[in-house]
Amino acid sequence: MIKLFSLKQQKKDEEGTARAGGSQKKASAAQLRITKDLNELNLPKTCSTEFPDPDDLLNFKLIICPDEGFYRGGRFVFSFKVGPNYPHEPPKVKCETAVYHPNIDLEGNVCLNILREDWKPVLTVNSIVYGLQYLFLEPNPEDPLNKEAADVLQSNRRLFEQHVQRAMRGGYVGSLYFERCLK
Amino acid sequence: MATGESQTPDYQQRKWQNLRKLLERSGPFCHPDFEPSAEILDFIMNSCKVLIVGAGGLGCELLKDLALMGFKKIHIVDMDTIELSNLNRQFLFRKNDIGLSKAKCAVEFVNKRIPGCEATAHHCAIQDLDEGFYKQFHIVVCGLDSIVARRWLNGMLMSLLQYNDDRSLDQSTVIPLVDGGTEGFKGNARVILPGMSACIECTLDLYPPQKTFPLCTIANTPRLPEHCIEYVKVIQWAKENPWGTTTGLDGDDPQHVAWVYEKAQERALKYGIANVTYRLTQGVLKNIIPAVASTNAAIAAFCATEVFKLATSCCVNMNNYMVLNMADGVYTYTFSAEKSPDCVACSNNTQVMEIQAEATLQMIYDKLCEDQLYMMKSPGITTVINGRNKTLYMSSIKSIEERTRDNLKKKITDLGLYNGADILVADVTTPNTITIKLKFIENIDVEMSR
Repeated sequence: MIKLFSLKQQKKDEEGTARAGGSQKKASAAQLRITKDLNELNLPKTCSTEFPDPDDLLNFKLIICPDEGFYRGGRFVFSFKVGPNYPHEPPKVKCETAVYHPNIDLEGNVCLNILREDWKPVLTVNSIVYGLQYLFLEPNPEDPLNKEAADVLQSNRRLFEQHVQRAMRGGYVGSLYFERCLK
Repeated sequence: MATGESQTPDYQQRKWQNLRKLLERSGPFCHPDFEPSAEILDFIMNSCKVLIVGAGGLGCELLKDLALMGFKKIHIVDMDTIELSNLNRQFLFRKNDIGLSKAKCAVEFVNKRIPGCEATAHHCAIQDLDEGFYKQFHIVVCGLDSIVARRWLNGMLMSLLQYNDDRSLDQSTVIPLVDGGTEGFKGNARVILPGMSACIECTLDLYPPQKTFPLCTIANTPRLPEHCIEYVKVIQWAKENPWGTTTGLDGDDPQHVAWVYEKAQERALKYGIANVTYRLTQGVLKNIIPAVASTNAAIAAFCATEVFKLATSCCVNMNNYMVLNMADGVYTYTFSAEKSPDCVACSNNTQVMEIQAEATLQMIYDKLCEDQLYMMKSPGITTVINGRNKTLYMSSIKSIEERTRDNLKKKITDLGLYNGADILVADVTTPNTITIKLKFIENIDVEMSR
């Protein structure tokens, strides 16, 4: 414990003018943390990132090109938006590529636990990358966002595989049209 | 209490006699370094500048408490305007004030009600005020409802700290932060001495995560009325964009709330879920937790007492985090939150790097990798120039590497760096992004030292 204001040195500038040689405002805690996260990003060989503006580390894209599983050969783009409350809150992640997937809906919403209810500040961008990659290797029909796709996966894996292939080549699955997203 | 101009100096003395007992006498419970004196009361009244952040439930209480304690030079900042639902507990406001600035109304009320009080209002966001503004205060006390705002304020007070050449803290740059928070019948109060005790960022994981529901549940198997509202908020809004794609959902806009309410009801009907109400819709959209006036009063009293102790040194401060739970009886517990040694906000990890003014970025990079002091693996270097982040070089991300590679050849002065500029360096070898202050040296010095 200190005595903060001894009565002798108590006066503060009345007008609150900045001290000469003004020190620059420090980067925000969210900024410092995301810089660290990104610098240590250890991407699997199927993933790459794209930064539209290299000075803006808070908005970027992640591209996943799975090399095995149902989605082999596809190219899927996710947008990441890191807010000022990172890492207290997770980044906002959306899938920009239309994909026939049980856990991704056609608006690009992604059902991944660590993006919402199970997010913790110790997790990093890297954890999310691995989580997303895992979704392509092991689509999870138990927690569906695209219920139709989930039902097909559960009842007929062959048919599901055909649907995924058709969607990735560009075409209709049922009444829904998917843009081609093969690499 | 007497009002009007009939006050005599006598009365003034009577009014403050209880405070004077504390401040003009020593006692067994005093701070060991406390020197009783009549000047202390004068300091509170005429010199001590206190900033109250937030003029809501806690802010009104704090303003009233501090003003009645004798503090006169109080500033209060709040960007919000008064709403009907505030009036049950934000007692400085009346029905006629709805729509007006909270900060301004609160100040007007208190200045009128408490003779001599010179409170000043700022109707703006805390982010609109600069370093020069915050620097003028002796103590900052906040009653906020947002973690982002707390972190911003915390960061601001940390950035005002200055360190001596021997890396010790210059204590005259410390502006203590007293932080209060309430949620229903629970609350907390804490004292933060920037650079000396645990700060907001050190204990960030103490804040409970925002209540969220798994996306698949709200999309496919809703069971609660909240699920229906979340669905409209997260999925249906983005799908239908009822006010066009550029208009985001605003929980303060009654039309938006009504739209969400209507759609959520439709969905609830479809799944046989009861109890979707307008109030609940508002609550889920804005994350409202019912506020309890007495919790606010208690927490604000704790905070005001700590401000008084800080200002007068008459007593040892709370150490340093108090929780209050009035949900079941009354329970309090005070513990010492620990300062995190590698906190991104309050640890002084600034290092000084001597470098020639005409050096290139490559030379800094090499120094970071090869110098015994650093021995980094693949440092990512960024900086802040005029409040804007700038990535200087980052080798680990291919797309950024390609676009910042040319910076390596450039002179650091051409990149906007100057003598005394800070660069931020992230590397696997350090637990956090570290700050390195550049100190330009002249070539001649190098030659002379040979």
